[in-house]
Amino acid sequence: MSLQVSELKVYYRTLKGDVRALDGMTFGLRDGEILGLVGESGCGKSTLGKSLIRMDGRMRHVGGTVVLDGRELPIGDDRAMNEVRFREVSLIPQYAMSALNPTRKLRRMITELLRSRGATPDLEELERRMSQVGLPREVLDRYPIELSGGMKQRMVMVISTLLDPSLLIADEVTSALDVSTQKAVARALLGFRESGYVKSMIFVTHDLALTHHIADTIMVMYAGKLAEKAPADVIVKAPRHPYTKLLLDSLPEVGVRYADRRLEGIAGSPPSLLNPPTGCRFRDRCPIAGEQCAEEPPVAELAPDHHVACWKA
Amino acid sequence: MLKLHDVTKEFRVGAFGGRRVAAVKGVTFEVVPGEVVSLIGESGSGKSTIGRMILGLNPVTSGSITFDGLPVKPGKEYYRRVQGIFQDPFSSFNPVFKADRVFAMIKETYHASVPAPQWAERVEAALRDVRLNPGQVLGKYPHQLSGGQLQRLLIARALLLDIKLLVADEITSMLDASTRIDVLNLLAELKARGLSVLYITHDLSLGNYLAERTVVLRKGGVVEMGPTGSVFGDPLHPYTRELLSAVPRLHEPWDDAVPVETCLYHRKGGSGGLYEATPGHFVACARLETC
Repeated sequence: MSLQVSELKVYYRTLKGDVRALDGMTFGLRDGEILGLVGESGCGKSTLGKSLIRMDGRMRHVGGTVVLDGRELPIGDDRAMNEVRFREVSLIPQYAMSALNPTRKLRRMITELLRSRGATPDLEELERRMSQVGLPREVLDRYPIELSGGMKQRMVMVISTLLDPSLLIADEVTSALDVSTQKAVARALLGFRESGYVKSMIFVTHDLALTHHIADTIMVMYAGKLAEKAPADVIVKAPRHPYTKLLLDSLPEVGVRYADRRLEGIAGSPPSLLNPPTGCRFRDRCPIAGEQCAEEPPVAELAPDHHVACWKA
Repeated sequence: MLKLHDVTKEFRVGAFGGRRVAAVKGVTFEVVPGEVVSLIGESGSGKSTIGRMILGLNPVTSGSITFDGLPVKPGKEYYRRVQGIFQDPFSSFNPVFKADRVFAMIKETYHASVPAPQWAERVEAALRDVRLNPGQVLGKYPHQLSGGQLQRLLIARALLLDIKLLVADEITSMLDASTRIDVLNLLAELKARGLSVLYITHDLSLGNYLAERTVVLRKGGVVEMGPTGSVFGDPLHPYTRELLSAVPRLHEPWDDAVPVETCLYHRKGGSGGLYEATPGHFVACARLETC
């Protein structure tokens, strides 16, 4: 196991009380595995990604542990995490457009960045990796503003993985891109794993179809908890959790027309995490909810590697 | 109803506006009553510029846009019939106004003579049409509502006017998969009642779900247009094929587009550089830039 997260609880502090964005998440990630993390807005997927690298001021680590390659990460301690960041855990942020320093040419920016981490810049290696994602070396002598959105995104990907981190968190990296650029970026991520630049990856997204193409395992989250986790094919072809099923049913695909087949959304909206309901959190929107659902369903391993948190699954 | 004829838009760029960049080049198409047309293109294809020109927010450089035979004239009469909704519902609303105020402004500007109780009824009916519970949304500030609720509020606002055409510019891009489909179904229902929708998107599957006709744009020009079934089912232009092959699908592997070596429609003619391959299905020359 490359990464083992146990009973992780991260709350947001607000004036009204704690928002329980992550409420007891337990999962593991093997070496070389790409985990796709999907769910609606506000389900805690970005919080999980952030917790593993840097918590912002409002977030509080309430309980649980994160172990990476046999070493516990001090995720609640911002300073202590400095040593690990970028070397062991790295992040491709959602807004690559604004992640680059606009006042520096890229070559200088990267050199400064690496020095600040105590690493010697290896420009040959950098250029090799850039060509792998289809960026010419001349890009290094440009300012970020001279690059297109897709180029910036790929540049950020190269920079974040320069120190060969063990775990890479890709937070909605493709959501601002066009379909053809999206495909190139997704393929580049797969290439990074093959070349051994990163060992394992958490790919946070709301696009199930895209996740299916690049992830080995898909984890579906709902209201701060794990709903279902299984190999990508199993999630798409044989989901067990009612939420996963409804989510899949609401996806429009090329070839599906309103006139032929009407897709349905999921009625209602996710519960507020300020005072989350007891029992199963999906209960109110679930078509098959019963009396048992007033109790919280445990995460059960129904088949090897197929974890589901539902009484009815 | 809405007709675009050879519409071109140039923006001046550079230090003193010395350089001109053509964002839209010779676009010609039409939207008839009760029809959903999707305008598909990647960033920089000019799709939003076309939407803004139809709404009268940007003037056209050359060519003409007519609505019911009259040129676009921004003003009360025009906006009574044509309305636009944009991508980000959180920035479309004034954060210090409650939702009711949005409707009150419509009343003041367009329906000043309607008595208040009757107006309240109309607002409630419009909200129910977009499947919102009036009690849940009226009297709330925009930050208290979800993205899907806000987009539906904007549609309800448009319904209070006698609109004939709705320009929907990426209205579902910021919504969750489950809410997105609700908004799309709503547009389809309104279409059944005679509303025309120009659905601007970069997401091919959404355009495909809703529209009767599809217009594919690339670098400001139309590369292919026709009935949605034939554009998606039998794409003729290599760019359309490339786009389709890049869309991630659940049950099929990502395939690589077959590059088209020779231009199939080179100088076959037709109006506006488009060749009519099958009735109603137009395609541009694949090497338009060079030939």
